[in-house]
Amino acid sequence: MADKTLTFKPSAARPAPSTQIKALAWLRSNLFGSWFDTLITLLISAILISFVPDLLKWLFIDATYSGDDAICRINGGACWPFIGDKFQVLMIGVYPQDLAWRPAVSAIALILLAYLTYSNRLRGAVLIAAWFILPIIALFLIRGSFGMQSVDQSSWGGLMLSIMLALVGVIVSIPCGVMLALGRHYGSPVTKVLCVTFIELLRGVPLITILFMASVMMPLFLPAELVINNLLRIQIGMILFSSAYMAEVVRGGLQAILKGQAEASLSLGVSPAKTVAMIIVPQALRHVLPPLVGRCIALFKDTSLVIIVGLLDFLGMIKGAALDTAWLGFQAEAYVFAAFVYWAVCYSLSLYGRKLEQRGPQSNR
Amino acid sequence: MSKQKRIASKTPFAPKIGSIVLQTIILGIVLAIAYLLFANTQQNLSAKGIKSGFDFLWEEAGLPIGDTLIEYNPSRGYGYAFLVGILNTLLVSFLAIIFATILGVLVGVSRVSNNWLLSKCAAIYVETLRNLPLLLTLFFVYTVVLAALPHPKEAIEIAQGYYLSNRGVYLPRPIAQQGFGIFLSAVAVALGVGLFFWRWSIQYKHRTGRTVSGFWGGFAIVVVISSLAYLAAGNPVSSELPIYKGFNFRGGLSLKPEFTALLVGLVIYTAAFIGENVRSGIQSVHAGQIEAANALGVPRGVVVRKVLLPQALRVTIPATTNDYASLVKNSSLAVAIGYPDMVSIGGTIIGQNGQAVEIIAMWMAIYLTINLVISFVMNIVNSRAQIAER
Repeated sequence: MADKTLTFKPSAARPAPSTQIKALAWLRSNLFGSWFDTLITLLISAILISFVPDLLKWLFIDATYSGDDAICRINGGACWPFIGDKFQVLMIGVYPQDLAWRPAVSAIALILLAYLTYSNRLRGAVLIAAWFILPIIALFLIRGSFGMQSVDQSSWGGLMLSIMLALVGVIVSIPCGVMLALGRHYGSPVTKVLCVTFIELLRGVPLITILFMASVMMPLFLPAELVINNLLRIQIGMILFSSAYMAEVVRGGLQAILKGQAEASLSLGVSPAKTVAMIIVPQALRHVLPPLVGRCIALFKDTSLVIIVGLLDFLGMIKGAALDTAWLGFQAEAYVFAAFVYWAVCYSLSLYGRKLEQRGPQSNR
Repeated sequence: MSKQKRIASKTPFAPKIGSIVLQTIILGIVLAIAYLLFANTQQNLSAKGIKSGFDFLWEEAGLPIGDTLIEYNPSRGYGYAFLVGILNTLLVSFLAIIFATILGVLVGVSRVSNNWLLSKCAAIYVETLRNLPLLLTLFFVYTVVLAALPHPKEAIEIAQGYYLSNRGVYLPRPIAQQGFGIFLSAVAVALGVGLFFWRWSIQYKHRTGRTVSGFWGGFAIVVVISSLAYLAAGNPVSSELPIYKGFNFRGGLSLKPEFTALLVGLVIYTAAFIGENVRSGIQSVHAGQIEAANALGVPRGVVVRKVLLPQALRVTIPATTNDYASLVKNSSLAVAIGYPDMVSIGGTIIGQNGQAVEIIAMWMAIYLTINLVISFVMNIVNSRAQIAER
């Protein structure tokens, strides 16, 4: 019986298997997991290599940043002086050059307000009031009221016009949409039928037909003495169209509000009108903020359709610039720039929408 | 009675006595406005000397249309020209729905793929296309991509008879030969037999518990019978190749640049939205379900077919129905690049005779009908998908 103590001697640690080494493991699990994955990875890499370097070369390396069209043609890459030359017309159309500070000031105010909204510095009533007041002031400024030199609406254009159409459209169509949704959800049979007819009729047809209607038919509907200019008619058309979609979004929010909310409020003696305005609608809107932002993006994209009824918005100006004989052959640059601007606006809006979604409907914004 | 009604009503705001009066007033106001608009319109139309009514549909149109599905010449009536437009709208919408669905499913599946590169590419695709106006995409495809293709003389030849050029895409045109009818009926019979076999295999499985691969069996039956019929009928389909002659291609099947641009634009734009629906559908299925199926040793294909798809489709189909409806409405952007769809042709007619009221009413009626048909068909599909839920 040997009384021997055994001491445990661990053998030397083996190196980590290749599947555990960080970079390799990542590659294996994300790119080369199976033969099929490997095949796809190689295929996509081949496709990307076939055009991405050429694209980057065209966009940046071979591109011309200053000079005129002759230099552009020699360099062969993208011609950015073309955009620089057309910048003002793309932004504000044929708005008088010496008054260009007006849209510029409005734009800066808008960007500031957007920043304050995004960073959550403005809240509640102040936020809503600011978004109602800013466009009104901007409109007066751009139009030239209160003794300032007035600028006719026919010379409004470019990105300014696109943003104006979208902004006014959103701000007016949300209250209209709320009214329509309330009419559809809570209304008496007659109001319900009227609201449903309006909403479904407008949602069932393309925006272009509404714009044609606003542009061609509205003058026929109205008495001969009442003349509304083309821009306002088209704006009204966009508002009607957008209201129908907003109404459907808001209705989703109304359906999410439990009946008990209204019952509790009514039993406390709050009047029905106040119950709807102060209890139901705010909660419903909070529920549907992300899809409402989605509708804003859609409306901004839809403003591009106004070129079909003769307004020269941003895309219209881009199209015009692409056809300029002095800069012939640089239309790709024009469209790439347009894509960048539209994308930047829409993507930042969708980021804001995602932020609201994460914040959730319950939080006190 | 009124108490019961109050409880039964859907909303807490029960109708009051004044409500009937109020409703009558509202209805009265709306009718009055409608009458006012109507009277104004009548007055304005007669002041401008514009006729009303649908008699113009039989008048000679005299408008040339570049791209027609059916026989057309400018001496036909306005109504017939409009019909050509309707058919063009239907054609482009139908093809775009099919291709957008295929591309959209690929994009959606790619977005949830384990392959980092693939899912990132799909994400970039979706985020780019969704955040650009469709009109911009259309202009880009039409004036930058298609215009950059070579002149027909140096057309890119993909395969024999398939050419890409800046005047359009040219494909061989299939032509039915003698015996095509026999071939078609044989294919129909094959489809019937195949479907019957598939049905039978499911019943057989329910009865005996033994699996017969009914789908692939049925598929094989269709393929075998069809190809036998094809051979037996003695090559019932021949193709007419496009040939470069003069300054353009003659013969074959040509897709005009306007049509191609509209189709491509609609497909890539809508596919981004459908891709998102597919992604959210797949992600709505709880990961535990897939893990459980894997743990039970269910083969991968069966997991996708029997666990993932039925549940994902419930989320995907309703959203996709809306996207199909928007696609049809978006096809009206044809007017911006000059493809003769019904909005484009209708717009020309308004320009010629000023009968905007009738044309816009016809547009609305037809778009509403198309959308009703889409939602009807998709509701059937949707109810099939929802039945899986017990």
